[in-house]
Amino acid sequence: MASVKTIARQKIDVIAIRKDFPILSRTVHGKPLIYFDNGATTQKPLQVIDCIVKYYSEQNANIHRGVHTLSQEATVLYENARATVQGHIHAADASEIIFTRGTTESINMVAAAFRDTLREGDEIIVSEMEHHSNILPWQALCEERKAVLKVVSVSDAGELMMEEYKKLLSPKTRLVAVTHVSNTMGTINPVKEIIALAHGNKVPVLVDGAQAIPHMNVNVQDLDADFYCFSGHKVYAPTGIGVLYGKQKWLREMPNYQVGGGTIKTVTFAKTEYAESPLRFEAGTPHIEGALGLAAALEYINAIGLENIAAYEQELLAYAEKKLSAIAGLRFIGTAREKASVLSFVIEGIHPYDIGVILDQLGIAVRTGHHCTQPLMERFNCVGTVRASFAFYNTKEEIDELCKGIERAVKMLKG
Amino acid sequence: MSIADTEKEIIEEFSLFDDWMGKYEHIIEQGKSLPLIAEKYKTDDRLIKGCQSKVWLHSEVKNGRIVYTADSDAIITKGLVALVIRVLSGHTPDEIVNAKMEFVNKIGLKEHLSPTRANGLVNMIKQMKLDALALKSKSV
Repeated sequence: MASVKTIARQKIDVIAIRKDFPILSRTVHGKPLIYFDNGATTQKPLQVIDCIVKYYSEQNANIHRGVHTLSQEATVLYENARATVQGHIHAADASEIIFTRGTTESINMVAAAFRDTLREGDEIIVSEMEHHSNILPWQALCEERKAVLKVVSVSDAGELMMEEYKKLLSPKTRLVAVTHVSNTMGTINPVKEIIALAHGNKVPVLVDGAQAIPHMNVNVQDLDADFYCFSGHKVYAPTGIGVLYGKQKWLREMPNYQVGGGTIKTVTFAKTEYAESPLRFEAGTPHIEGALGLAAALEYINAIGLENIAAYEQELLAYAEKKLSAIAGLRFIGTAREKASVLSFVIEGIHPYDIGVILDQLGIAVRTGHHCTQPLMERFNCVGTVRASFAFYNTKEEIDELCKGIERAVKMLKG
Repeated sequence: MSIADTEKEIIEEFSLFDDWMGKYEHIIEQGKSLPLIAEKYKTDDRLIKGCQSKVWLHSEVKNGRIVYTADSDAIITKGLVALVIRVLSGHTPDEIVNAKMEFVNKIGLKEHLSPTRANGLVNMIKQMKLDALALKSKSV
């Protein structure tokens, strides 16, 4: 296992890091796996895998219930995991961290919470670059409550039209839901500014942080976000675990989402007294090993240092942009000034699916299609894109292979 | 030629290729002989669901046999549809419904049968069988 130490702005030892990810040594169609689908999900380091194995081998018990040692130990582990998440995103209090199944559930929980207060003619603002998960809950809510979904457009470069956003904010606005980083284009949105503008109108903001968390330091207090959502599996943790951060004042007001075991103080058939956040929002036995795995993943990336990760990923992105732009007929979708290591492109006259199939034969995993952002595809007038999304375990040599692969695919497909 | 015979023929053709490139080039080549759907039939209701690329399929009865025409905006998909049409087109609804379609596996295209949202081959075959069934009443 690689030893990872925190030294600010240290160059990443990618060879050592790759040894932490067992899956990276496998082959696909007889060729070494090149994994560039990190935007969809990231691979897991041994530190996370071992944590889950250890939990089931030595620590498994149900939490918050038992007086026996195992249950108490498991409860401490689970609550420590919550504290790790709190520290990671710089939340003011651990009670503001709710474990969910993922970003989608987190967003749905907030949408459900706003249901009863939303009136006919009220407005919710989203952006054109949102993942379907940050559109559909709001669209459904607006339809149900006869409210209006307002959409901030995206520029040709793939950046939010901030002037338009300012104009959309109105006394009718009840909430702004916006992504921190575009999953399709990598655009890093100025969420701090977006939030400040909304707060100027007394409007709360939900930030979809699914694509930001793996790439940058997030400080929810500095952003002043009202809600911040992310998924574990996109940040080297297991699937099925995610986080909803909510400011205490919001969580206190939020109605129950699901009720059941774990959410209560006392229950009688006459009346039930519910617990405080976060337990009030975590009905049933939670995804305990998921929470532990998430904490292990966050500790892992923090040991490497998110600044170091970001610097290296930016290096990969710049290298890939330079290499790929030499390919004839290739057009990047999303050329924002501030970008995470996500590269989407189309090649004139070739369907993204065809490129994906050929690259797969070469052992290269990329994403093709609409990336659950169909409105954005419509905006850029394409059926889909090929998306290569880089993690800190990727290398420039792999990007070279991607370029060769694309050239080969073009030759075969245009042949 | 029976469905089984065509399948056998395709399996033999593909056995000549020992690498994936030859195989995929052959698939792409197949797409060029796909009986194309008439432009007027390229409507959304003829799109096969579940394909990452667009696939339009039109089915009709001629002398008690189902004749398929299709098109796709992706060329590998076009080749795959062409192969399936080559096997099924021109047969009776009963023959089509009962076709096992084992050739897909045998020519090493198993990944195109996985039930992910990206691969529509399963849905393509399913739609062809459903169309055959629906047209059965008209074919007698």
